[in-house]
Amino acid sequence: MPEMTLVEAVNLALARAMEDDPDVVVLGEDVGINGGVFRATVGLQTRFGPERVLDTPLAELLISGLCVGMAAQGLKPVGEIQFMGFLYPCIDQLVNHASRIRNRTQGRLTCPMVLRTPHGAGIRAPEHHSESTEAMLAHIPGLRVVIPSSPERAYGLLLAAIRDPDPVVFLEPTRIYRAAKGEVEDNGEALPLDVAFVLRQGRDVTLISWGAMLKETMAAADALAAEGVAAEVIDLATLKPYDEATVLGSVAKTGRCVIVHEATRTGGFGAEIAALIAERGLTSLLAPVARVTGYDAIIPMARLEQHMMPSVDRIVTAARQVCQFS
Amino acid sequence: MADGGLPVVARFEVRHRNYLAPDGSINRPLPAFASDADLLTALYRAMMLLRNFDRKAVALQRTGRLGTYAVSLGQEAVSVGIASAMRAEDVLLPSYRDNGALIWRGVKLEEILLFWGGDERGNHFSGPVEDFPFCVPVGSQAPHAAGVAYAFKLRKQPRVAVCMFGDGATSKGDVYEAMNFAGVHKLPVVFVATNNQWAISVPLRLQTGCETLAQKAIAAGFIGEQVDGSDVVAMRAAAEDAIAAARDGQGPRFIEAVTYRLGDHTTSDDALRYRSAEEVQARWKEEPIARLRSYLVGQKMWSKAQEERLAAECHDHVEAAVERYLATEPRRPESMFEHLYADLPRVYAAQRRKLAGEGDA
Ligand SMILES: Cc1ncc(C[n+]2csc(CCOP(=O)(O)OP(=O)(O)O)c2C)c(N)n1
Repeated sequence: MPEMTLVEAVNLALARAMEDDPDVVVLGEDVGINGGVFRATVGLQTRFGPERVLDTPLAELLISGLCVGMAAQGLKPVGEIQFMGFLYPCIDQLVNHASRIRNRTQGRLTCPMVLRTPHGAGIRAPEHHSESTEAMLAHIPGLRVVIPSSPERAYGLLLAAIRDPDPVVFLEPTRIYRAAKGEVEDNGEALPLDVAFVLRQGRDVTLISWGAMLKETMAAADALAAEGVAAEVIDLATLKPYDEATVLGSVAKTGRCVIVHEATRTGGFGAEIAALIAERGLTSLLAPVARVTGYDAIIPMARLEQHMMPSVDRIVTAARQVCQFS
Repeated sequence: MADGGLPVVARFEVRHRNYLAPDGSINRPLPAFASDADLLTALYRAMMLLRNFDRKAVALQRTGRLGTYAVSLGQEAVSVGIASAMRAEDVLLPSYRDNGALIWRGVKLEEILLFWGGDERGNHFSGPVEDFPFCVPVGSQAPHAAGVAYAFKLRKQPRVAVCMFGDGATSKGDVYEAMNFAGVHKLPVVFVATNNQWAISVPLRLQTGCETLAQKAIAAGFIGEQVDGSDVVAMRAAAEDAIAAARDGQGPRFIEAVTYRLGDHTTSDDALRYRSAEEVQARWKEEPIARLRSYLVGQKMWSKAQEERLAAECHDHVEAAVERYLATEPRRPESMFEHLYADLPRVYAAQRRKLAGEGDA
């Protein structure tokens, strides 16, 4: 199996989906000859033509709205938004149309679209290029929000997202676009949506994260192992709807939980998981649930951004405290 | 010359189309279809049905049996004229004030009542299955229309998307983004702006600095035409031309239907707060139904007896629909989870059970 980066796996999944299904259309700014600013769509236009790999005008609301119209006609549009900071004009379309057209029309029209965008900080990018506002999207009923954390999962989950009959926002962790490498077999097999992946088994504490932060979370689990603490690591992968059973099952086993995300703390998705555990897993808890998150500040530009993002140290410290709680 | 003789690189024109004067006399030779008495009377009947339906819907709202409702009073010719030029396989993307177009395309009156009565089943309507439901966020349907038209083009289908919105919507980026894209790809789409002079309380002069809305098409690279929106013959003729051109691969068109909203914005609005009764009274002289009736009667295409029969037909049609609407069984609360996703994610099944009164979530 060839080893590849996460962004190459995205490209591979797009090519495979387009090859398998003539209804798949890729659209966005610079996705054509330029292959996308992160090269996620490289080579696709040459292979599938400018009608199916379409350079749109610079208009994000349009991209998401076009996807809704195309999807209602049975195409499978995959829109690209260059950075999550430019996704906000699409919120209108996501909230008011994509996520609810099936329900509004009682199934008469549907919206099998995917909107892809890079997600998260840590790439020393200009302002507005380092957003992690996934909680905002995960709040929307009728939508799916998916974040892969490895090339293998990027390939399998993107295929699943494209084949899914409902709208999916696919957040690609920018920081590990090239840093994450792994073997990916181009077998056309999708991975399941709405299912969390247990990346590591452990009995002492559950660490839950998604996207690029799993890198630090896994490193923290290594460090904890060296101290004799066996951490179970969960990659939530689909945030909407998320796999409550895996979360609750793991916490029932370990009795302790640390949730890690780089997004702002207040109202972040970690709060949702903590609330779930408080409601349905309280009796198995041996310590309060801890959150290691970004601060309630705007993601700083390059010089300070690493202070915003949870470090291995912060995760290890939180896990130690949770384990020592009595 | 003050500009030092710089060359002119482009010049544009916007045309205005009108056939029937407010008194029903004709200003120009009518288009070919107007010699078809059956068609003209069908347009008349549709406008009359819509007016009767509107009146009843307002009465239902006032007596607490319908939610907020948007009447078409004064602008019946726009939606009826446009829809009458479409084929069944074309796709309509309407605004919330385009009842006339939906009814023409086969949506049942009780379905429209269900929608305004707060029941999604009204959007699972009997019109062409690919038509979009009413769009409430103003102008946000324009990008959908471009997407639909792109799908037609990609699949080489001779179909046209017809997108309707108000003058207020033309101020939104959505509409311009969609028109711009449609122009780039010469998509088979017709944009129809119903310029009824008001966006709730905001008059056209505060909506745009342009002389016409039609000229907005020029910036997107295609033809924009202004049409007398109270003249159903003009509306139908303009729609026929635009739809034919779009179907023929000539790209998008824009129609500005200039008309007047004689009623309140919706049943929650009181238009007397922002415009005078005199202004509205004056505009009644131009309204589309009396205009066409004068023409039809003058041409001996319509009689008093027919008028009486039509009034009775409209009454019966509307009353029967209202009865069916009021007799519709309410939905079960847990049905809010129906059609949320293709398959309801397992994690939400507990919430659904709770709503159904089967245990807690
Ligand atoms: C995006 C958006 N903003 C505000 C509203 C509230 N609103 C409903 S109708 C309306 C006026 C729209 O005017 P226009 O587009 O001219 O259409 P008309 O009602 O005259 O048919 C407004 C502001 C809305 N529905 N959508």
